[in-house]
Amino acid sequence: MKKNGTITILRKELARFFGDRRMLISIIIPGILIYVLYSFMGSALHTQFSTEDVSVSAAVVNLPASLESTMASTVGVTEYESEAEAMQGISAETADICVVFPADFDEKVALYDVSSGAAAPMVEIYYSSASESSLLGFELVSSLLDEYETSLVNKWDINAGAAVYDLISETDQTGSIFSMMLPMLLLIFLYSGCMAVGAEAIAGEKERGTIATMLITPVGRNSIAMGKIAAVSILGLISAASSTLGIIFSLPKLMSMDSMNISGGFYSMREYLMLGGVILSTVLVLVALICVISALAKSAKEAQTMLVPLMIVVMFVGVSSMFGGAAQTELYYYLIPLYNSVQCMSAILSFSASSGHIVLCIVSNIAFAGIGAWVLTRMFHSERIMFSK
Amino acid sequence: MTEVLQVNNLRKTFRISAKQQKLERSVEKTRIAVDGVSFSARAGEIFGLLGPNGAGKTTTMRMLATLIRPDSGDALVDGASIVTQPTEVRSKIGFLTGDLKLEEFFTPNFLFDFFSDLHKIDPAVRETRKKELFDAFGVHEFAEVKVSNLSAGMRQKVSLAVSIVHNPDIIIFDEPTNGLDVLTAKTVTDFLLRLREQGKSVLLSTHIFSLVEKVCDRVGVLINGKMIVCDTLEAVCDGLPLEDRFFALYEKEVGALQ
Ligand SMILES: Nc1ncnc2c1ncn2[C@@H]1O[C@H](COP(=O)(O)OP(=O)(O)OP(=O)(O)O)[C@@H](O)[C@H]1O
Ligand SMILES: [Mg+2]
Repeated sequence: MKKNGTITILRKELARFFGDRRMLISIIIPGILIYVLYSFMGSALHTQFSTEDVSVSAAVVNLPASLESTMASTVGVTEYESEAEAMQGISAETADICVVFPADFDEKVALYDVSSGAAAPMVEIYYSSASESSLLGFELVSSLLDEYETSLVNKWDINAGAAVYDLISETDQTGSIFSMMLPMLLLIFLYSGCMAVGAEAIAGEKERGTIATMLITPVGRNSIAMGKIAAVSILGLISAASSTLGIIFSLPKLMSMDSMNISGGFYSMREYLMLGGVILSTVLVLVALICVISALAKSAKEAQTMLVPLMIVVMFVGVSSMFGGAAQTELYYYLIPLYNSVQCMSAILSFSASSGHIVLCIVSNIAFAGIGAWVLTRMFHSERIMFSK
Repeated sequence: MTEVLQVNNLRKTFRISAKQQKLERSVEKTRIAVDGVSFSARAGEIFGLLGPNGAGKTTTMRMLATLIRPDSGDALVDGASIVTQPTEVRSKIGFLTGDLKLEEFFTPNFLFDFFSDLHKIDPAVRETRKKELFDAFGVHEFAEVKVSNLSAGMRQKVSLAVSIVHNPDIIIFDEPTNGLDVLTAKTVTDFLLRLREQGKSVLLSTHIFSLVEKVCDRVGVLINGKMIVCDTLEAVCDGLPLEDRFFALYEKEVGALQ
């Protein structure tokens, strides 16, 4: 087996970080912190704002099997044979709302073809805006239906026929907050994760005089640069994954939702694949940048100091996704590193991504990372950078 | 005997940073660290580079190890030029200076494997080589102890072993006994003598006269970046103790010592 310098160096770097419990904790801890903090904030907010529990009773007609358990866990369900019987419950004030499914709802949904142009199976909700518990019941059930709806592959609005309500369902809200905040948070987590590792792996080694031991071996400078970039990317990704999991698990608590329905069937494989590609290529750009800056520094501490201003730039770019409105359509926007990633991520998360933009973003990111790797190699060749006093 | 290392008129100037200027209370913008140094070393010989602090010993050796490039001049390491064929040179030499450190986190065993991988050494060859070198320096006892927990002497032994994993023919050691107690220093000097027996060419820098007298076949005296004399030990000493000869040369070159 021919030994590859890049792999050897990558293996050493990973052994270094995975073997050291302190290092490992420093990579994982941000995610745990985020989870604990956000969960606390969430439950604090929840107890502060939630009013006394109002129990809602719903009169339901033709309750489909697929929604039985979710309905029952949300509201008190009483089933009726016909719409008229159910409505009597409302007038007698034994029910707060009345939900009418078409007969054989599940079969109709399964058979329904969006392109056919035929009317979709529709659910009707009757409620009284005068009653607080009725209003709440309506809110709960319509958000439940929205969730159900997004879980279907062929999407259409099952309560489209109803009047226009000024209520935004909870899932919608979470979804849009998610697509607003996640790109920024991801970018910041990726950056801070790679920053600590990069400063340590390059400037730290320079500081301790260990990098020169590699420079005197026949292994090429470019192998060293690639090995370092690969190692920092992997570790940065792990760190960012930890932070992201922290967010995903704590977000429902923060928004005082009890289930995790946003993380599960919310996005399809295509979204996850695109997101993965964009994140990976973004990490490469960030790591190349961080490595080049770290190589300029004489010590890990100095590198950290030099990397902070860039962190601010990264945050700024990330924040742009929150106020940018709709995703950019001009192609050249997708050639700007980091900004293109943020644009793509928010587009993917809000289901409006175009494959062309994603590909352009990934390709340009890889090109930028390649330039960074080349610069890093040149820097490893430079004695003024490697051995300055 | 064949000259495996030919050094030709090497010159190196450093730019002095503002920080370094302040630190050293000097106003010079550049410093000539190595000023036209030439010498040659042969197989089966130990060449001693003798000089006071700041003479340019480390700088000369770093140029030979291709860590830094000379401003002018060249050196041939077993026929390979340090300027135009640095990769070949790196596989031909073993190099050790005080400012090359081992990563504290790893064990000697891991580091030995790591560097032998960087030198693309076959695992089977590596194991025999490891046994041989770890035996010579007594590294076996602490082969699985992290470098951070090793004493200075132990570290130096590991550094020496690791620097010659690839069994190079030309070995460049910068002050290899620096900071070692007499026992550890003896292990190192004994090893240098063994290398000579094996027909290796050893280039050694030091400011310890007794070490030069004990092991070196030929000596070059470096003062202020210039090679003042370069000859066999006998010829340089000319019947006097090396120390006395050195001070005489130094006074002639720089002026009387206070
Ligand atoms: N990277 C550098 N930048 C600036 N000046 C340098 C650099 N490296 C060495 N010098 C200067 O060059 C001169 C020679 O240094 P060198 O380290 O080669 O001396 P030396 O003979 O090894 O001394 P010592 O016995 O102290 O190790 C010194 O004046 C030193 O300050
Ligand atoms: Mg020195």
